[in-house]
Amino acid sequence: MKAIKYILAGIVFGIIMTKSEAVSWYRIQEMFRFQSFFMYGIMGSAVVPGILVVALIKRFKFRDITGTPIYFPDKDKHWKKYLFGGTIFGLGWALTGACPGPLFVLLGCGYGVMLLVIAGALLGTFTYGIFRDRLPQ
Amino acid sequence: MISFISQPWPWYVSGLAIAVIMTILIFFGKSFGFSANLSTICSMMGAGKKVSFFSFDWKKEQWNLWFLVGSVVGGFIAVHWLQSPEPMRLSAATVTDLQKLNIPFDGRLEPASIFNWEFLTTWRGIILFLVGGFLIGFGTRYAGGCTSGHAISGLSNLQLPSLIAVIGFFIGGLIVTHLLFPVIFK
Repeated sequence: MKAIKYILAGIVFGIIMTKSEAVSWYRIQEMFRFQSFFMYGIMGSAVVPGILVVALIKRFKFRDITGTPIYFPDKDKHWKKYLFGGTIFGLGWALTGACPGPLFVLLGCGYGVMLLVIAGALLGTFTYGIFRDRLPQ
Repeated sequence: MISFISQPWPWYVSGLAIAVIMTILIFFGKSFGFSANLSTICSMMGAGKKVSFFSFDWKKEQWNLWFLVGSVVGGFIAVHWLQSPEPMRLSAATVTDLQKLNIPFDGRLEPASIFNWEFLTTWRGIILFLVGGFLIGFGTRYAGGCTSGHAISGLSNLQLPSLIAVIGFFIGGLIVTHLLFPVIFK
């Protein structure tokens, strides 16, 4: 039954992603061409309240619903993997017009072709796992 | 209520709603990051037997898979019952640019000329979807996160590494959009 709350949160996420048009290939093109404020507005209006929420949780030491103190681990400081990995992901984001969330949301929207993208993404993740130790981190 | 949700959403409503989802997951004791599911699925399919990177207890990440299942259902609900009849309002400059690449703007979420099975069997389709998907999977794991993990969660926690990752997202996106697409769609 624990699953229910995550499924519900996922449903709301899927609706948000679709209604926000963040799943749209066209919108991602518009963003990478700097021809509209739309996608930047979405990200900004998610991050600004997000910063406030995280700061408040840290300041008042809130606990989660299980009573465990909420802890935000810092990301490790090696910059190479973020820059190289981020750039590789960016190539894929612009090609497909979708980031990992929308890959699955679009499947629900009826775009069966996303199955090929998901297969590719799993293959890419698996390949990373193989070569991980040989990549600059 | 349904008709209220069904109208096109202004960007600030969408952004705020994403922040709410992130907050809900934080209070569930979890961290908002979608691409972790790709590793979890690899592990679930037995990749851990061959590659140690995937030998972890995937059942601990089950919550995120349920979130994934929900997101598919959410997409279904949105297009079937919460769709606005109006065409999307894409910027005129983008419409013109895409026309030059022979990708007409048809007012839908995804260009019908690309998102179809026939296109998948062309070399362009393979590059866009299969290679694109591969780069998403490889890149997100290398960077340790995607748009949700870095651009939303990471930036909200003022993490410099996440900012570096987001800069990377744009370097990659700009290369494809401005250098690769004119060649692919020539």
